[in-house]
Amino acid sequence: MTLDVASIKKDFPLLAREIDGKRLVYLDSANTSQKPQQVLDAMATYYENSNANVHRGTYRIAEEATHALEGGRAKVRSFINAPADRNVVFSKNATEALNLVARSWGAAHLSAGDPVVLSELEHHANIVPWHQLAATTGIELRWIPVTPDGQLDLTDLDRLLDGAKVLSFSAMSNVLGTLTPVERLVAAAHDAGALAIVDASQHVPHVATDVQAWGADFVAFTGHKLCGPTGIGVLYGTDEVLEATPPFLGGGEMILDVTKDGFKHTELPWKFEAGTPPIAEAVGLGAACDYLTGLGMDAVREHEVELTAYTLRSLTERFGDDITIHGPVEPAIRGGVFSFSYRDIHPHDLTQVFDQHNVCVRAGHHCAKPLMRELGVNATARASLYVYNDTDDIDAMADAIEAAGDFFAF
Amino acid sequence: MPGLEDLYREIILDHYRSPRNKGELESPPATRTEGFNPLCGDEIVVYLELDDSSEPPTVEDIKIGGQGCSISQSSASMMSAAVKGKTLAEVKDLTKAFKGMMSIHEQSLPGEGAGKEEEGDSGLGDLEAEIPEDVKLGDLEALRGVVKFPVRIKCATLSWNTLAQGIEDATS
Repeated sequence: MTLDVASIKKDFPLLAREIDGKRLVYLDSANTSQKPQQVLDAMATYYENSNANVHRGTYRIAEEATHALEGGRAKVRSFINAPADRNVVFSKNATEALNLVARSWGAAHLSAGDPVVLSELEHHANIVPWHQLAATTGIELRWIPVTPDGQLDLTDLDRLLDGAKVLSFSAMSNVLGTLTPVERLVAAAHDAGALAIVDASQHVPHVATDVQAWGADFVAFTGHKLCGPTGIGVLYGTDEVLEATPPFLGGGEMILDVTKDGFKHTELPWKFEAGTPPIAEAVGLGAACDYLTGLGMDAVREHEVELTAYTLRSLTERFGDDITIHGPVEPAIRGGVFSFSYRDIHPHDLTQVFDQHNVCVRAGHHCAKPLMRELGVNATARASLYVYNDTDDIDAMADAIEAAGDFFAF
Repeated sequence: MPGLEDLYREIILDHYRSPRNKGELESPPATRTEGFNPLCGDEIVVYLELDDSSEPPTVEDIKIGGQGCSISQSSASMMSAAVKGKTLAEVKDLTKAFKGMMSIHEQSLPGEGAGKEEEGDSGLGDLEAEIPEDVKLGDLEALRGVVKFPVRIKCATLSWNTLAQGIEDATS
């Protein structure tokens, strides 16, 4: 293995927890990742030493708090290779970041009949805001279809993009792990005169991400899937599109001046950060970026490709036709997310048995109902990997699958 | 930690294996009502045919469509068997009794730790007293264990909520 997983596991205090005397097997990182001690310590240290509100006080700890917040932003900027800190806007999560784009940029620049192109792989967070915008402006939604093995079918891309104003798509599917050809799609969108928006929530934690190499206009992702805390997400935007986007929420922090007649908003990125920002969370997210950088994102990816290959091979060898794993079969074009069905056992029943084995796996539609309809399933069980998983974890899940098979053997 | 046998009682697995009243009814005259569990994506369809000639009206026929987990499917199967031929008033009492049995732990979520669980169990007795005395839950009693698995309560109540909506559709 390219990562020293045994030593990485020790960085994550929760993974040391035992329930009923058995270790915890956490395979739900596409949902949320566990947090290393380094992140927890950074947040605790901030609260213990420097807690104050930011961009206000003239006293020492207020300066420190401001420095902590902006230091977190600088680490995120470096982690995704954004050109400047002003291109990194903090939001509550990726969902809020995508809503910001649809509600503020979309409402200002789109009107009835304007085509917005999405893909069938999308998470509801990159669907519903556009439905909401369609309800108020009458934009037209178009969909890039998926192939049976869960890749984007780009056969008709030119036709779909003809006249389009926006292409908004996921860099990595949260259901199937599919990695999409981001640079090609961004270029195609720009050639068609459309804005390119990337939902990178599953990509940034697992694959080295360079937003400038992508060339996208907006990139959204969340902190809690990349070893960071909940409550903080990121909207990256180029100067051009961020300047052309009206403020989203109004309030303190985002203003230059307020009179009884109106307000002037402040500069980037604070123009989009109304109210007290998630300061400790920014500290935690910065520490998470440091942690992953320390492991090396190329090593992280290599580890996950190897473990993905092992997972696909071992589950298929052990269960044969009894198991159906959706998505691409080639580890090089997918991340470590496995949506699967086993015999005709409902995913809820399957993961209920898993729970008896302390195997944490999600069951359901994974907030991607249009994709589930295309796959012809209501629900799947979904296991997902991260830096702290190893082949023992996969074997433990396989044992749990077998136990479920025995329990529900009719 | 409650064990699997607390949840998956034999009678539940029996209804899951051989669901009663599975299928469709022609609609109209029957009403067709869909129910969704937004957590897992399960969908259930309740086809309901009422006999209006009797007073109060009775459930003439009921069929269950859709798909779901063992808990939602067995609950729907048991429900269909329990309400067929019953008056709407009886169905209402049965629904109240069943949902009473299911709602108890929803109040004591997340149900972590032994203390909480005991609280829930004693509460169960209290709520039982509110259930109409002449209501016999019969097979449905087997679903009582579901309350120890709070996430699954919605699986068990999906068909009942859909039935209630169906009755509203059919009588409005």
